[in-house]
Amino acid sequence: MELLRFTTAGSVDDGKSTLIGRLLYDSKSIFEDQLDAVKRASIQKGSEHINLALFTDGLRAEREQGITIDVAYRYFATPHRKFIIADTPGHIQYTRNMVTGASTANAAIVLIDARNGVIEQTHRHTFIAALLGIPHIIVCINKMDLMDYREEVFIAIKNDFQAFATQVFPGQDMRFIPISALKGDNVVKPSGNMSWYANGTLLHHLENIPISQDHDLIHQRFPVQYVIRPESEEFHDYRGYAGRVAGGFFHPGDKIVVFPSGIESEITSIDTLSGPLTEAHPPMSVTLTLKDDIDLSRGDLITGAGDIPRESCDIVARICWMNQKPLQIQGKYALKHTTKDVRCIIQEVDYVLNISTLKEQTEIKTVRMNDIALVRLRTTKPLFFDSYTTNRITGSLILIDEATNETVAAGMIV
Amino acid sequence: MSEYHLTHLKELESEAIYVLREVAAQFERPVLLFSGGKDSIVLVHLSRKAFYPAKIPFPLLHIDTGHNFSETIEFRDSLARSVDARLLVGSVQDSIDKGRAVEEKGINASRNVLQTVTLLDAIETYKFDAAIGGARRDEEKARAKERFFSHRDQFGQWDPKNQRPELWYMFNGKKRMGEHFRVFPISNWTEMDVWQYILAEDIELPSIYFTHERDVFYRDGVWLAAAPFMEMKPSEKVEYRRVRCRTVGDISCTGLTLSTADTVEDIIQEIAATRVTERGGRYDDKRSEAAMEDRKKEGYF
Repeated sequence: MELLRFTTAGSVDDGKSTLIGRLLYDSKSIFEDQLDAVKRASIQKGSEHINLALFTDGLRAEREQGITIDVAYRYFATPHRKFIIADTPGHIQYTRNMVTGASTANAAIVLIDARNGVIEQTHRHTFIAALLGIPHIIVCINKMDLMDYREEVFIAIKNDFQAFATQVFPGQDMRFIPISALKGDNVVKPSGNMSWYANGTLLHHLENIPISQDHDLIHQRFPVQYVIRPESEEFHDYRGYAGRVAGGFFHPGDKIVVFPSGIESEITSIDTLSGPLTEAHPPMSVTLTLKDDIDLSRGDLITGAGDIPRESCDIVARICWMNQKPLQIQGKYALKHTTKDVRCIIQEVDYVLNISTLKEQTEIKTVRMNDIALVRLRTTKPLFFDSYTTNRITGSLILIDEATNETVAAGMIV
Repeated sequence: MSEYHLTHLKELESEAIYVLREVAAQFERPVLLFSGGKDSIVLVHLSRKAFYPAKIPFPLLHIDTGHNFSETIEFRDSLARSVDARLLVGSVQDSIDKGRAVEEKGINASRNVLQTVTLLDAIETYKFDAAIGGARRDEEKARAKERFFSHRDQFGQWDPKNQRPELWYMFNGKKRMGEHFRVFPISNWTEMDVWQYILAEDIELPSIYFTHERDVFYRDGVWLAAAPFMEMKPSEKVEYRRVRCRTVGDISCTGLTLSTADTVEDIIQEIAATRVTERGGRYDDKRSEAAMEDRKKEGYF
C-alpha cells in the first residue's frame, strides 16, 4: 500500500471542511465516538443534519471563531492507499499555512464554489500549488447541487480555470470533478445527478494518481545528516554517513563526489539495522559507507560522479514571506538548505508578485507577510543546489530571523 | 528511468528515522520520553534503526506516576537493558512529597495531570533541550495541529496560535536558553500503522496488550482495572474479566477492552473492526471537550 499526501485549498465557505468530513465519513473512517460527538454538537447548534464540517473541528480558539487557524493533519486509508490530508485554512492572512501544507504534498485539491466560479482566492491557491511544485492538481467544483447540477456551469468554470492555469502550470497534471460535498455527489460515491460526467469520483482519482515519479529519480543526491561512529569493539573504525536519499538511485560500487571538498570516492555499502541493501532511492533513510577515509560532516552533499549540482554563494529564489515583520533588504538571516546551516544577506528584491494578475511588480521592494517575491541573496559559504523544479529537496531553503528564531520565509531556488 | 515503490510503512519509518537523526544533530541534550506504551516502544525500535551500528545517543526518561501495571515496569527495565540505553525515572510521588504537585482526591482522582509537573522538573534538572515523544496526530484533535518540532517556552508551554511554519522536511530547532522542543517522530502514523509496523518488524510488547484475566470495574462506558488506590463508587462492583489494554497509561486512566486477542494479528483484526477511537477509552480525555488542548498548553506530553 502506498502513501499519498494531499492538501486542500479553498476560500472560506467553499465547503472545504465539509468535503474532508464527507471523504472521511463516506470512506468509513469516522469512529462511533467521533460521530456521537459531532451529532451532539450539530443538534446543539440547531442543525437538522450531521454537520460534516465538525469532524475537522480543531482547537477551542477555532471553535469560538468558527474558522480554521492552522494546518491540521487528517488520516484515512482505503484498501488501495493510505492518505495524509494537510487541511489548510483558506483566508488570505494564512497563506503561510497553505505553503506549509503544500510543501510535502503529492496532490492539491483546489475547491471552487460553483456559484462564484474562479475568484481571486482561486488564483492565489493555484499559484501557490504551482510554486511549490505539487505534481497533481485536482479541481473540485463544489456545490453543484445549488446550480441544479448543470453541465454548462461546470464547463464554464473549467474553461475559466484552464485559461488562467495554463500560464502558471504549463504541462501540469490537472483534473476537474463536479461535486457536492454536502450531498455526497462524486466525492466517494458516483453521482446520480450528473450523468453527463463519467471521469471518476474524487476518491477514485486520489486512489489512482500515479505517484512513483513524484520524486527526483534522476539526479543522485544525498545530503549528509549525521555521522555515525560507534567507537565500539565490534565496529572499531566504522564511519557511516546517515541521511535520507534526496534524489536518484544509489548502489554499492557507485562512483560519487562529495561537496564542498570535491573529493571522489566510491560507495562501499548501504547499511541498515535489518542488513545491507543493494539499492537506495528517495525517500529512504539509510547509512552510506565510503571506500576512502575522507572528512565528511553534516551539511555536506554526496552526489553521483557525473552528475554534479550547481555551486554558488549567490542565490536567486522565489520566497513566500511568513512573518509579521517585513523582509529587511541588506538584512542578515540564518539559512537552512538541506542539512546545511549558513547565514545570508538579502541583496535585492527583484519584484513582488501580484498573485491575482501574476504581474511582476518591480517597483515594490517591501516584502510583507504572505507576499511572494523574487529575491537575490548572498550566503557566507557556497551552497550546492539544484533548481526547485529539478529537485524539491536540494532546491528549497528556509530563512530564520536570528533575533527571534522564527522561520520567516520559504524559498524555492530558481 | 526506473520506477520504485515504497510501502506506506517503509515511508513512515524513513520519515521517523530522519526526524530522530535531526534531533541528534540539532540538540545537545535530547531525551526520549518512554511511557512503556506501544508508541514509545516503537520509538525505541526506530531509534535503534536510526543510529545503527552505534548505540542510541540519548537516554530514556519514564515519568512514573507510581500507579503502574507491574508488567509495564518489568518490560521497561528489560528493554532499556537490551538496547543498552540509560534509563532515567522521574517520580510523581517525589513531586507530591516535595509539595510540587497536589494529589487529586475523590472518585475520578488521577495522577495523569500531575505528570506535567514531574516532566517539566526533570527537563529542568537534566537540562534537556529536546524531549522526543510518541504522540500521533490521529489521536486527538489538539494533536492534529502539532508540528514535528514543537517549540516550548521557558515555562514549557505550547502556543498553538503561534507555531513556526514547518516546510518540507526542514526543522528549525533554534531556541533561547531555557526553552526546549518536543519532537514527535511518529506524528503521521495512525493506530493501525503502529500495529502493522509492530507486526512487520516483530516488535516485542508488554503482556498487558494481549488478552488476560484481571479484576475490573465498569465506569461511564469504560472498563478500568481494580487496584488499591482506585476509589470506587458504592454502585460499582469488581468483576473478573478477559481484557486487554488498547493504550497504556497509568492504571487510573487506562481503559481496558474486553478482548480475547492474544497475537498482534488478532489485535489488527480487532482494530479494523472496531468503531471507537483509541482515546475513546482514555479517562483523562473525557474530562472536557478541550481537555487535551488545555493540558498540552501547560506542558503535557
